[in-house]
Amino acid sequence: MQFGGAALNMLSRTADNLYWLARYVERAEYLARILEATQRLTALPLAYVGESNEWESAVATAGCAGAFYAVFSEANEENVTDFLAFSSDNPSSIRSCFEAARTNARAVRTALTMEMWDAINGTWLELRRYGNGPTSREELSRFLRWVQESSLRFDGCAYRTMLRNDAYWFTRLGVYLERADNTARILDVKYHMLLPAQEHVGGPLDYFQWAAILRSVSALTSYHWVYRESLRPWHVADLLILKEEMPRSLASCYENIVTNLDRIATAYGRQGPAQRLARGIRTRLQNSRMDDIFQRGLHEFIQSFIADNNRIGATITQQYLT
Amino acid sequence: MAVAFDEMKGEDGSVRPAYRELSAWLGEIRPDVLDYRRREAELLFRRIGITFAVYGEADSQERLIPFDVIPRILSAAEWALLSRGLEQRVKAINAYIRDIYGKRESLRAGIVPEDLVYQNPVFRPEMNGQKVPHDIYVAIAGIDIVRVDDQTFYVLEDNARTPSGVSYMLENREIMLRLFPELFSRHRIAPVDNYPDELLATLQSIAPNSAAVEPSVVLLTPGVYNSAYYEHSFLADKLGIELVEGRDLFIKGEEVFMRTTQGPKRVDVIYRRLDDDFLDPLAFRPDSALGVPGLMSAYQAGNVTLANAVGTGVADDKAVYSYMPEIVKFFLGEEPILKNVPTWRCREEQHLAYVLDNIEKLVVKEVHGSGGYGMLIGPAADKAAIAVFKAKLKSAPANFIAQPTLALSTCPTCVDSGIAPRHVDLRPFVLTGRDRVRIVPGGLTRVAMKAGSLVVNSSQGGGTKDTWVLDG
Repeated sequence: MQFGGAALNMLSRTADNLYWLARYVERAEYLARILEATQRLTALPLAYVGESNEWESAVATAGCAGAFYAVFSEANEENVTDFLAFSSDNPSSIRSCFEAARTNARAVRTALTMEMWDAINGTWLELRRYGNGPTSREELSRFLRWVQESSLRFDGCAYRTMLRNDAYWFTRLGVYLERADNTARILDVKYHMLLPAQEHVGGPLDYFQWAAILRSVSALTSYHWVYRESLRPWHVADLLILKEEMPRSLASCYENIVTNLDRIATAYGRQGPAQRLARGIRTRLQNSRMDDIFQRGLHEFIQSFIADNNRIGATITQQYLT
Repeated sequence: MAVAFDEMKGEDGSVRPAYRELSAWLGEIRPDVLDYRRREAELLFRRIGITFAVYGEADSQERLIPFDVIPRILSAAEWALLSRGLEQRVKAINAYIRDIYGKRESLRAGIVPEDLVYQNPVFRPEMNGQKVPHDIYVAIAGIDIVRVDDQTFYVLEDNARTPSGVSYMLENREIMLRLFPELFSRHRIAPVDNYPDELLATLQSIAPNSAAVEPSVVLLTPGVYNSAYYEHSFLADKLGIELVEGRDLFIKGEEVFMRTTQGPKRVDVIYRRLDDDFLDPLAFRPDSALGVPGLMSAYQAGNVTLANAVGTGVADDKAVYSYMPEIVKFFLGEEPILKNVPTWRCREEQHLAYVLDNIEKLVVKEVHGSGGYGMLIGPAADKAAIAVFKAKLKSAPANFIAQPTLALSTCPTCVDSGIAPRHVDLRPFVLTGRDRVRIVPGGLTRVAMKAGSLVVNSSQGGGTKDTWVLDG
């Protein structure tokens, strides 16, 4: 008999599928945000954004530069949109993410609620309507909106309909690990925009870059609520790294990773390396101040965070998912 | 071929009692309303994701089985007869398999020819003298029934390995309840939604004696690419058991374990939807990546129940089929309640001669074929196809049986041109546990959507209907 709480047993493969299902959906949303932000930036007159190739940095932010340049020699709107959104050759395109999410969902249908299945299956069915990609910018915008809405819907279904047991906690882990990775990647590509020295050379040029960064993690409005002043690069960095009340900040992601890992540990009656590692990362974030991070090097900080985040992913896999 | 018996209009065109309300309702409902609900039903199926895969069609990995919204209705008396007959048939099948892998009295008595057993590729020598928990070999059977007139039901085929289709029985009912509540309020219809509970009770009842008080039951699937994967996940969900693939299980000390997030957990009963050949690469096909290495050793040690047992195919192929009436008499000492379709065994010289002479009137089936593949429907076949089959028959007669082209009964069905009679069959599911036999009233009605077609298999464009057994 099972009475609520943690299920007595859950297949490792099921947990793995749930975890990746959540990651793929989160990643699809993130890619849509990057494309949207890039589209906005490139629509501005050159005087506002400078000569930088924003499509190039979109590819870098998506973390698939290697795969991209194996196929294309130049990063432009057409190539990048196709590769990040619709390409079946790119295992991390929005299309591939939704396909993989649906395959994972199908493999663990019994662990999903009807609403979650409906959300992901509906998304997958709808995806076919977009064929090889939209024919106009307008359609692309609609598509990118739709991707974000689909992800929100799926996430909302999980939040509102899943039993609070290990199945739920593993999906949450997937969401927060992916989210932390995404936020860190944006920071990694754009860190030079956020260095304090930039302020002097700043001006409208950087302003729009900062806005784009915030937009790609849906934090532009939050920024104003938190700081109540116009965009300052160190505030942007602070918001995305250390502010726990900001849902896509590294600190917030780790707060959630620790919480969910602890719930699993309590239900299973056993703490493990993943729990210890996650607590270590959270503590480091909690004890950091932006000044120190800048002093020791923002870039180094972010790089070491990305490495830590990968390590915890591997540890969770080893501890629970195989 | 005789005119088909219509289950609504009967032999003389007057509406049969079980269909009285339905017939009246069909007269009242506006065609556009019916059409609208029909499309709604398809949408529901598509959203739920009930699909199946058709082998050999690359572009349509997942397809919907057409669903017909007009139910097929059986009276209480008809069902009472059927269910008694089904129980009897499955009891005999279980006794027969136990005998084949045990004392072989039926072979010695000449009820079934020996070579039919020993040379049958689905005969499993590994099972000789092997005890299975509680002597139950076939816990889940799907018996295909056809009807030819008011009185006569035939068994068309026994499915004693991994019969599928029960998810459609359950989903069809759910969809009908959603779309046609007013039609339900005009009838008293026996429910089918207790099937998962009955199945779980059956599976738990046949756990090995070494199992825990609350036996751990799992459903073993070949995986997402299997044509019946939807059904596997659907059933696992309804039963509240884990849906496992081979790689989720491993054997240690002749016991079966599954890999869980909390470490290994013992498994007592495996409801396997994986064919014998793929179960254990160490015992059967070495190239199978779907099975569990060493599973047979745990099975032979009596530490796990496989449902159905290994080697049950000896009881359900089309050659053994023709001996079923004798098998029932031999093991139960009773007259068979359900008849067999008259069958010519081409392995016998006289039968072969008759079949070759009358092939245009007959249905010729491959003994090991299934899913409507490898068969010839004489009256519908052209000369070339007949010539091909004649050659096949002559070169390997033992591979074939032949039956008269039955005038399968028809039921009113929604088609493009309106409502028209279409041929149907019925697959009820028979559950055999240690304690008793359980049969949920109804089953899966399959319908040939093409006018005049007798092929109801979903892989060949057949559809399904909700099946109602009237209560009293």
